[in-house]
Amino acid sequence: MSEEEKCDCSRRRLLAATAATGGAVTVAAAVPFVASLTPSERAKAAGAPVVADIGKLAPGEMMTVEWRGKPVWIIRRDKTMLDSLKKTESLVADPKSDKDQQPAYARNATRSIKPEIMVMVGICTHLGCSPSSKFTQGAESGVSPDWAGGFLCPCHGSTFDLAGRVYQGKPAPTNLEVPPHKYLSDALILIGEDTKGA
Amino acid sequence: MAAEKQVTTTGILGWIDERFPLTSSYKAHLSEYYAPKNFNFWYFFGSLALLVLVIQIVTGIFLTMHYKPDANLNLAGVPVAFASVEYIMRDVPGGWIIRYMHSTGASSFFIVVYLHMFRGLLYGSYRKPRELIWIFGTLIFLALMAEAFMGYLLPWGQMSYWGAQVIVNLFSAIPVIGPDLSLLIRGDYVISDATLNRFFSFHVIAVPLVLLGLVVAHIIALHEVGSNNPDGIEIKKNKDPATGLPLDGIPFHPYYSVKDMVGVGVFLFVFCAILFFAPEGGGYFIEANNFFPADPMVTPPHIAPVWYFTPFYSILRAVTYPLFGLDAKFWGVVAMGAAVVIIAFLPWLDKSPAKSIRYRGPIYKIWLAVFVVSFIILGYLGVLPPTPGRTLVSQICALLYFGFFLLMPWYSKVDKCKPVPERVTG
Repeated sequence: MSEEEKCDCSRRRLLAATAATGGAVTVAAAVPFVASLTPSERAKAAGAPVVADIGKLAPGEMMTVEWRGKPVWIIRRDKTMLDSLKKTESLVADPKSDKDQQPAYARNATRSIKPEIMVMVGICTHLGCSPSSKFTQGAESGVSPDWAGGFLCPCHGSTFDLAGRVYQGKPAPTNLEVPPHKYLSDALILIGEDTKGA
Repeated sequence: MAAEKQVTTTGILGWIDERFPLTSSYKAHLSEYYAPKNFNFWYFFGSLALLVLVIQIVTGIFLTMHYKPDANLNLAGVPVAFASVEYIMRDVPGGWIIRYMHSTGASSFFIVVYLHMFRGLLYGSYRKPRELIWIFGTLIFLALMAEAFMGYLLPWGQMSYWGAQVIVNLFSAIPVIGPDLSLLIRGDYVISDATLNRFFSFHVIAVPLVLLGLVVAHIIALHEVGSNNPDGIEIKKNKDPATGLPLDGIPFHPYYSVKDMVGVGVFLFVFCAILFFAPEGGGYFIEANNFFPADPMVTPPHIAPVWYFTPFYSILRAVTYPLFGLDAKFWGVVAMGAAVVIIAFLPWLDKSPAKSIRYRGPIYKIWLAVFVVSFIILGYLGVLPPTPGRTLVSQICALLYFGFFLLMPWYSKVDKCKPVPERVTG
């Protein structure tokens, strides 16, 4: 290559401009492909609230309803269960629910609107398994000798108390999520929607 | 082309050779590719990995003809994808054996690849000038893990569903972009039909294309620099002055093509025994819970990944402490990712004057043994439910796993190596 050819700046500029334009067009062409990976309009629309009937739920029992493809647990906690929350207060990572895992109206000692009724998404905040209920207290639960009752995640061993608060030193980073919900009547809970401003 | 290409072949072959490097490629990669004459048992696993790749592609093509990636429920209330796998097993003639070949092939792939990688550790096959072969190999391992993971979702059983749930949620642990990234992978707010369809697409098209490209690159890079051997010395350093061929080399074909056929025979013997007598591999190749259709409401009481992921899964579970204001979940993911990626850095971590374990000192031998034992213990713990005691053991083993790599620059330097011979030793 001669010196003159090396200095052919207009050709060089044309080449650079062509390469830059080609590159920009290629990047732009990726937009619809990446967009197609995001949730479709249908998936976005499928988030309707569900109604749960807790009329037949006995104290100490739990029921599961499906909301947005996830299990939502409703537990009618009896006195022992509510008392256990005081015992676990010093053992859980976020006893006061400081982390934003619940609507403001559930940011209290029982993480619920009514103290006895617990509503939470049954999906572990670690990696999304659904924890198993271990309501029996003590060694019989198979969890630990001083177990106060709660949930054990089968995947990575995170434990939660009966208000969905995660125990200290477990892989799950936060308490279980309390979904937005409101009472339509004493027996009916609407999950997925709450009163405005709440 | 300025001048006619000169070829020595005639007839149809000559016509082709004038237009395509057929004979020269055959010579370069087979009949005149000189491999060291002292290959042992450990050198079977590269060609066996190729064989398993072919098995997986062929069986995969035929399974795709009957499988339906559809998470919606059919009239009987069973997810269509799950039902189509049952259909392959019960109603498609020969379907059961093709499916078992594919599922057994997946586990065989990892057995063969783990042994192939261990061979590299034994004889220092990753050392200069073979660093790039090793990097391509690590990428193949990564692609293989992606391929296996996405394939495991397709039967849409309980393990498929919850395994995918856990792994996709791993990505959400990455700060800032994590939640959006896992949304982009799932294509929905939960693992759903959208996820199943894209995993199917990746499993049958995208990842196999990448895998094939990497395998070709792996072999081209190998044939560029030549194979290592159990003595870890370069056969190209001792060439016959008359012919210019390595004195300790023999042509790949027929010598090693014939040797590899013996390996293929033994492999297929074992493969068929599994296929006909234990196709679920004792619950390790296909887990019992995967015979239940996916239920997004209930996680099975005990979930574990397939055996070949369990060492890395144990490392993930071993991290239980938050650090630098980021929670343990994120660091678990980082540790698991690092456990795979660190393999690629071996060529630069190893400072030993000898490549092969035959001439290395006791410190490396002990560390390699510790590494293998830790890896096996991690794998074993990964299939069990976690307890505080097991978590402690997995933490120790995870530290030893990383210690093998991170302390290597030091211990490989101070280790007392034996003198390396000039020529290969039988």
